[in-house]
Amino acid sequence: MKQLIQTCLLDINESIRAKWFLVYSLVFGGLMVMLFAFGLTESRVTGFTGLSRLLITYIQLSMAIMPIFVLISTVRSLAGDKEAGVFEYLLSLPVSLSAWFWGKMIGRFFTVFIPVFVAMLPVIIIGGISGYDIPWKIFFFYTSFLISLSWCFLGLSMLISTLAKSVDVAQGFAFFLWLLLLLLLDLIFLGLIMQQTSMPNTVITIALLNPLQVFRTASMMLFDSQLVLIGPAAFLILDTFGNTMYLIWAIVYPFILGTISAVIGYITFKRGDLL
Amino acid sequence: MIEIKKLVKSFKKNKILKELDLSIKKGEKIALIGSNGAGKTTLIRCILGEYTYDGEVSIDKKHPRHHRTDVLKNIGFVPQLPPPLKMPVGSLIEFSAKISQTKESHIIKIAKDLGLDVLPIKKQPFFKLSGGQKQKLLIAIALGRDCPILIMDEPAANLDPQARAVLFKILAQKPQDTIMLISSHRLDEVASLVNRVIELDQGIIILDDMVSDNVDMAQKLLCTLTFNKKTDSFAKNLIDWNLKKSQDGITFKGEIAGADRLKFLSLVSRYASSLKEIQLTEK
Repeated sequence: MKQLIQTCLLDINESIRAKWFLVYSLVFGGLMVMLFAFGLTESRVTGFTGLSRLLITYIQLSMAIMPIFVLISTVRSLAGDKEAGVFEYLLSLPVSLSAWFWGKMIGRFFTVFIPVFVAMLPVIIIGGISGYDIPWKIFFFYTSFLISLSWCFLGLSMLISTLAKSVDVAQGFAFFLWLLLLLLLDLIFLGLIMQQTSMPNTVITIALLNPLQVFRTASMMLFDSQLVLIGPAAFLILDTFGNTMYLIWAIVYPFILGTISAVIGYITFKRGDLL
Repeated sequence: MIEIKKLVKSFKKNKILKELDLSIKKGEKIALIGSNGAGKTTLIRCILGEYTYDGEVSIDKKHPRHHRTDVLKNIGFVPQLPPPLKMPVGSLIEFSAKISQTKESHIIKIAKDLGLDVLPIKKQPFFKLSGGQKQKLLIAIALGRDCPILIMDEPAANLDPQARAVLFKILAQKPQDTIMLISSHRLDEVASLVNRVIELDQGIIILDDMVSDNVDMAQKLLCTLTFNKKTDSFAKNLIDWNLKKSQDGITFKGEIAGADRLKFLSLVSRYASSLKEIQLTEK
């Protein structure tokens, strides 16, 4: 446990000094400032007003930005460390492989989750002081979705980093994965399939397995949105599963997917060359 | 203590180590030499358990992968190229000390002996240190752990003569039964530190020889050189070795580390035609 905590702290230490972390924090912090500055709390679009409106915009943007940031920054730094000799040195110290791998993953989790979460806090505080109704239920669920989504993409990144032999391959594969998941979003490819053929089961399965789609549908559900914003696949899913089941799925599934990916990554890491 | 039997390491179809057999006993100080691609670093990485391999490697009868932490607790390692760590020097020392269960103060003291004062650079990122500072710190971390096995890849490459002399002195103070495996491209860099030489070429051992180990690593040599004419380039090299130039500009005097004698003489040999007199006296 001591080794795991030390490795975790080491990774946090390394990450907060890296440029990607600065950019990442600035993007999410800046995003919130801009949304506030542009008066999104006051606007009324498709039924959302006040802080809910601001949060929904933040959610949509973070869904697009966070996964690619997590994927690229994690695979770049892990595969890069391997190439540059950081692993050669640090793994010559008496640290167990499990403490090293999971310590790195937990440390990285804090560095990817905290900027996104912290960016929301001032909005909630300022919103509360200014007399807006704070949507606590949305805040709680959204935070859970964020934890689950960042863990999911972190697990996928750990897997890619252990499988890839170089930074270029790791980065290319991470980018391809993100594009693929983006393409399979309800409003893009799935919507098209639904319109042209009638394979609802296939479409629903793809939608349920795509962590981006799961996050998007569940977060939109929180706002009791008009279904036109969700898309046909999500509409079918909600009709079949019901709201509560889907909310549970949206929290549990990405977390399990991330954990399974990380476990496969760990087994590969443990069995193969460490460098 | 270190037993290697039929060790084979391949990368795809490229066989780097070819059925290597090697036995290293307590107290042996080994120079692992060979050209680039000979397999020195691969062998070290197999011993450290960083690579998978075919064959057997055991350290104190323990497998470096299966008993990783137990094995690595006993090995201090200095890499050839310092890793580009972004963390501050203080964090690196703290992490290494906590993981290796040693005292930070011990590492800091050895760094100071090597000529590196850690306090002013404690908050500086490791990768921003000079090559020599990085090397000194990594050596201090390895030596500060009091391990019975030291594996060093070109440890003195980036060190100035004074720091090298201190390194040799610290190595000399290590217990007699300490195993040292020092990898180098050139034997003259490490010859005085070792009692056994192993040369690798294309993954096989082509030379395994015991050498005289009556050189006292902590010893100093008083050195006087006189030239028949002024040679600027050589003068610069000698000043780097901390030798003082006389008024006439052709005589140089100073001290060199006993373990550095071969390295020093190989430098002097390049200017043999200009040399009028040379004197090396054990202190």
